[in-house]
Amino acid sequence: MEILMAFTIGFLFMAAVYLILSKSLLRIIIGTGLLSHGAHLLILTMGGLGGEAPPVLDEGAKTFADPLPQALILTAIVISFGVTAFFLVLAYRSYQELETDDISLMRGSDEDE
Amino acid sequence: MSQVLYIFIPMLAAIFVPFLYKSVKNIHTGWFVLAVPATLAIIYATYIAKVAKGEVFLAELPWIPSLDISVVSYLDGLSLLFSLLITGIGSLVVLYSIFYLDKHKEKLHNFYVYLLLFMTAMLGVVQSDHLITLYFFWELTSISSFLLIGYWYTRDASRFGALKSMIITVGGGLMMLGGFILLYLMGDTYSIRELIAMAPELMQHPWFTWSLVLILLGAFTKSAQFPFYIWLPDAMEAPTPVSAYLHSATMVKAGIYLVARFTPIFAVSELWVWLVTGVGLLTLFWGSFFAVKQTDLKGILAFSTVSQLGLIMSLLGAGAVAFHVNGAADTVFKYAAFAAIFHLINHATFKGSLFMIAGIIDHETGTRDIRKLGGLMSIMPLSFTVAAIGTFSMAGLPPFNGFLSKEMFLTAMLSLQNFDLFGFDTWGVLFPIVAWVASIFTFIYSFYFVFHTFSGKYKPEQLPHKPHEAPIGMLISPMILAAFVVTIFFIPNIIGDTFVKPAVYAIQPFLYSAPGDIDIHVQAWHGLSPELFMTIGIVLVGVLLFVALPKWQGLYNAFPRALTLNNFYDKIMLGLDVGLNRVSRLYMTGSMRHYLLYMFSAIVVIVIGTLIVKDAFTFTFKGAAPIHPYGVILIIVLICGTCIALLAKSRLTAIIGLGAVGYTVALFFVIFNAPDLALTQLVIETISVALFLLAFYHLPKLGKSEERIRFQVNRAIISVAVGVMVTLVALSAHSQKLVPSISKYYEETVYSLAGGGNIVNVILVDYRGFDTLFEIAVLSIAGIGILAMIKLRMNRKGKAHENK
Repeated sequence: MEILMAFTIGFLFMAAVYLILSKSLLRIIIGTGLLSHGAHLLILTMGGLGGEAPPVLDEGAKTFADPLPQALILTAIVISFGVTAFFLVLAYRSYQELETDDISLMRGSDEDE
Repeated sequence: MSQVLYIFIPMLAAIFVPFLYKSVKNIHTGWFVLAVPATLAIIYATYIAKVAKGEVFLAELPWIPSLDISVVSYLDGLSLLFSLLITGIGSLVVLYSIFYLDKHKEKLHNFYVYLLLFMTAMLGVVQSDHLITLYFFWELTSISSFLLIGYWYTRDASRFGALKSMIITVGGGLMMLGGFILLYLMGDTYSIRELIAMAPELMQHPWFTWSLVLILLGAFTKSAQFPFYIWLPDAMEAPTPVSAYLHSATMVKAGIYLVARFTPIFAVSELWVWLVTGVGLLTLFWGSFFAVKQTDLKGILAFSTVSQLGLIMSLLGAGAVAFHVNGAADTVFKYAAFAAIFHLINHATFKGSLFMIAGIIDHETGTRDIRKLGGLMSIMPLSFTVAAIGTFSMAGLPPFNGFLSKEMFLTAMLSLQNFDLFGFDTWGVLFPIVAWVASIFTFIYSFYFVFHTFSGKYKPEQLPHKPHEAPIGMLISPMILAAFVVTIFFIPNIIGDTFVKPAVYAIQPFLYSAPGDIDIHVQAWHGLSPELFMTIGIVLVGVLLFVALPKWQGLYNAFPRALTLNNFYDKIMLGLDVGLNRVSRLYMTGSMRHYLLYMFSAIVVIVIGTLIVKDAFTFTFKGAAPIHPYGVILIIVLICGTCIALLAKSRLTAIIGLGAVGYTVALFFVIFNAPDLALTQLVIETISVALFLLAFYHLPKLGKSEERIRFQVNRAIISVAVGVMVTLVALSAHSQKLVPSISKYYEETVYSLAGGGNIVNVILVDYRGFDTLFEIAVLSIAGIGILAMIKLRMNRKGKAHENK
């Protein structure tokens, strides 16, 4: 299963990088979303997908899924959510102010030179 | 201890100069400054008698003891001679500057602060026995020289000259530092004396040649040797006292000092002999050849300085030959080192006085252009006398000291061809010939300098001021120096015994056991030797060519400007400026996509490269979980969702595609036994999608991709490469796990130690609660940030552009 997941995650990363390299801010944000999904799945896969039961006691199970990667992913999900939300509002505001979402047009002002 | 402090006296005195300048307006600040070098000269004079007997004086002031760095003052014959030149000529230059610089018009406090700083730096250079402090003082001379050349900072030429000399000498200084560090690594000591003592072992070391070349580069740049001499003529924009002091008598001799000081270490190398002699002779010829072309009085003197420094350098190289000859103390090679030091003293006297005369002419007539000058002999008789003494000495005529050192120079060069080592027997013939031709040019420019200025037609209409004799105060210093020029001719052996022999003893410590053992007796009349005939030849050919000068001086203009070294320097500087600018414009495009491309390519190349180089890729099914049937379905759904997000034309479809991926991930969490994750992922994906929809209600439609096809190809290649890289890393990381998970501990203790059953939750709030704390902080900051972005809005048209 891990082998299959490795290829899937590779595909997710590929799609994410392709979107991040596009011109439109919207696509870039979608790309970062895909990238974080890929990263979370990677952490889970690398922790091993074995284990019969969720890491909760009282089930009488012999083996649990590894709880540590799950804790790490939980933290990562929340953080990436916070950052994505911030980024979204930033994109929204920059579109309001600059009236474009094409990043090839956002090259700083002439005064910078 | 106090010996070390003498070095710093000028620097300490410099602190008081601005106060004196501001508070005592009536007296020229230079009079106060004069006391400093004069006192020091007297102090150093007290060492003369003891040093002449071969004694050395050593004092140490710890600076950074833990790194074994200290300021060491080491006075032997060589450093005492230089210290006396620095303080002695320093006093005369300060005296001269009192009359040269106007106390009302000039910023004297700047001038004297820089000058005193320079004096400390120079004393430090010649007395340091410690490599690092030697380098420290060395760069201090570069900096103070930079400040002095740029003294009239409102002139373009001053700034250009200052920058040029700074770049070249500091560049060389850095090379020298490299050489010093190599020496330290080879000998494991910073002390030059100790390095000299272990010279035979150093020669065996593989870095020996490197440190030799690097240290020579430092010396050559500082002493204006070919091809690094180009800064010196441009440094003539400095006030004349500065030119006289720094660029003829002291700073340019720092490189000479360095070569002399390191001769006992490096002279055993063939390369050293060849480089020092060869570059010295080339510089000698080049400088004297181009001095005749100059039309600026100080330009002539600058090229003449270059040429004479080359002469001294070549003599030091020839002196190094003595290390290769058995019983050298009894052969003719012993002359070279003696002649080098002797000429160094002589050059300091006559060149200092000539610069001062050039300054006087500039001061009294308003121009230094030799084409406008002429016939000043009767108007400025005293200046003429001094100038004549200086130039005749420079040309090597009796009864002046230049004659004596030139004879010894010719002796040394003639002796080189008898030397059957390193192929000197075949090429050695060239040495006396080059020396002879260079001496003829020296003769010509010396006469050109004095006679085109003082004799010939008087052209008052071309002169900005009406010329008259300089004030006597201005003439005192050049007259004292000229008096030395004559005196040394008549008492050369007193100078030789007191100053030159102790210095030679420092350069060639292995040859003699005391300065008194050096049995060289300078004679004005040394019989009908080849040297004498060469001198007669120089005078005859020189006079002929000088008389015919107007006929052939124009030939210099035929030399193409494009081939001059200055042109090369300008081209290099311009090329670096323009070229580097072009290079950074090439990759700093301002486009974020380009930067991301660089970053992703770098990551891919480094990671995949490491995988290949380290042969790290392995692949095994061992230890993998069995394939889950629902998992396969979810994978298919996930890939479909990703493709939708990837290829969607409308923003809604893209957002839904992303949402589908998110929910599929949540389902993955379900089948992989991660209930908390599934819960969180579902909630957060819902909120995210809502946010996306909310925010993108205001955003424009996804435009049809109008990007260049080439970029799309780059993009596709890079993204596929990143995907492949992640897969490869994941596969090989999974296939070679080294240690088991620590989660066993959590499973065993979660109830007994933490009193909980949900291991993930207990990890989050108990075992690793700090992560959670700061994750809360991240969320709060994001919330506050979003609020701030939406609420705080500067008025675009009003205050937003505060730069305007």
